[in-house]
Amino acid sequence: MRNRSASFARARAAPARAALLVLACAAMAAPFLWMAATSLMGQLEVFASARILPETPLWSNYPEALTAQPFARYFLNSLVFSVAVVAGQVGTATAAGYAFARIDFPGRDRLFMLFLATMMVPAVIVLIPRFLMIDALGWIDSYQGLISTELVSVWGIFLMRQYFRTVPRELEDAARVDGAGPWRIFRSVALPLARPAVATLALFAFIDAWKNLLWPLLVTRSMEMRVVEVGIAAFHSTYEINWPYQMAAGVVAVLPIALLFLFTQRYFVRGIQLEGIR
Amino acid sequence: MTTPPRAVSLRGVEKRFGDVAAVAAVDLDVRPGELMVLVGPSGCGKSTLLRLIAGLEEATAGEVWIGGRCVDNVAPGDRDVAMVFQSYALYPHMTVAQNLGFGLKVRGASREDIGRRVDDVAALLDLAGLLSRRPGQLSGGQRQRVALGRAMVRDPGVFLFDEPLSNLDAGLRLRTRDEIAALHRRLGTTMIFVTHDQVEALSLGDRVAVMDGGRLQQVGTPHEIYRRPANLFVAGFVGSPPINRLPLSRGADGHLAGGPFRFAGDWAFDEATLGVRPEDLGADPEPTGALPGATPADFKTTVLRVEALGSEQRVHLDGPAGAAWIARVSPALEVAAGDRLAVSVAWDRGHLFGPDGARVAAPPCPIPDLRT
Repeated sequence: MRNRSASFARARAAPARAALLVLACAAMAAPFLWMAATSLMGQLEVFASARILPETPLWSNYPEALTAQPFARYFLNSLVFSVAVVAGQVGTATAAGYAFARIDFPGRDRLFMLFLATMMVPAVIVLIPRFLMIDALGWIDSYQGLISTELVSVWGIFLMRQYFRTVPRELEDAARVDGAGPWRIFRSVALPLARPAVATLALFAFIDAWKNLLWPLLVTRSMEMRVVEVGIAAFHSTYEINWPYQMAAGVVAVLPIALLFLFTQRYFVRGIQLEGIR
Repeated sequence: MTTPPRAVSLRGVEKRFGDVAAVAAVDLDVRPGELMVLVGPSGCGKSTLLRLIAGLEEATAGEVWIGGRCVDNVAPGDRDVAMVFQSYALYPHMTVAQNLGFGLKVRGASREDIGRRVDDVAALLDLAGLLSRRPGQLSGGQRQRVALGRAMVRDPGVFLFDEPLSNLDAGLRLRTRDEIAALHRRLGTTMIFVTHDQVEALSLGDRVAVMDGGRLQQVGTPHEIYRRPANLFVAGFVGSPPINRLPLSRGADGHLAGGPFRFAGDWAFDEATLGVRPEDLGADPEPTGALPGATPADFKTTVLRVEALGSEQRVHLDGPAGAAWIARVSPALEVAAGDRLAVSVAWDRGHLFGPDGARVAAPPCPIPDLRT
């Protein structure tokens, strides 16, 4: 009797839950849809009140926006930046995560806590010291300046450490008896088993780098070194704002991320789950 | 297989985890080509001892010698040992062939050599059809064989087995036990086998080392361990059903007495324990003396319960002085709970343990002098 009333209550709640989810989805999707709609409007049409969709879609906004600045170069820079950050973060996070998870060295746990503590510091606070360091090295407006301070992710180290702790120790013991040293065990046993976590880390690192505006804006000067995000922001100058062009470039910039998400959704979910591993 | 079997020698080996001594002052010599079984209850230190031999743990004190050299500062991979783990520890991302060949690859063997030796071992263990599969696609028994093959392919001087049968069902366990015994006969390699199963220990080992509380309690052949247990722990741990016990204490006449029994002698202690194996009790409705060396009816008692196991019967008795005793008797004996039985004891196979639990060297006194 109790079961029947419980399932009846669930059935009654289902439409309400569905309505809530539709509302949440709409709230999430609205900015993207608005961006897409704006990208097809005329300059003045954007400011027309109560207009959500363009009267006549201006598809020409896209080629014009993408040729108003050297976006091909910007995309290349974004790609180089993002791929290098992924490679760097995967390299450092897997090695450090494995060391924190498996190698006994004095002060290991304290050092790990110190690493974690840096996650509490807002990124903006370290922006100036980072800039001064890169300036001192003479790396302003260069790939090494853009990339070097982004190569370590404490979140990534935390993620990998948590994952490596779930790899059965007996596998590593078996490899030791088989004659493998620490590097070989890391490379041939632990790392291949951590592929799901590595994929998650790589995905998050790529997206973070791709949509990073503040650091590339600060550390790049020339158009040759600009990334896509900085290029999009450049449509918004002191005296002029070209919303349709900016939104058109924004739509194009978000496409790779959207496609990536479509094909790798499960790694996003896994990434969120992995943060809960103890 | 070409590597000669290695001797393994432990000299005063100790392993402490903080204040806890997992292994305490263990001296043990395993002869070349011998199958030594380490047996004991959970937490007795047997797996830790095996890991110390493998080099997976560092001894707090003492020395480990393998093949005549001290290996205390030698990496696990250079100790000439191979290990089969309880969980098999197969690399899940590698195929069976890659699992088998990993140790050889790490050692820089050529591709041809790896292929040849993997094929040889696969043929020997009936794994040839499974080489391209991953461990997740294998049954428990197949995984066990791959783990065995991974150890064999390197042709080590010593095999270490850490409870490798505990994840198998009863039938497969029995079959694999026979296969390991056959493998030992064929290879002649030194093997050290850890188990908590005393039947496994007695049936497999050339010699058995019984451990408890991190210490070696006794080392001997299965027969010695069973027939001449060094102490009360070994007597109680080895044997199923366990040995029957009766506490004894010195009476006013100076004899050790307990229940209906009195043992004359010049005893150096006031308290002791009598131990009698269940098969050394004769139980019969008529006091005829069922066993050689037994006397008719040492005591008469009531049957509490009967376990009919087909090949034998285990008769739970209201033992002397209220002790719960079990007699292992023929299935032909017609007996049921509540029956009265005349029980005889084969005294020449009995044991007397001193107050510290150690077996007293002298056997129990002849029956005419001992009985009440």
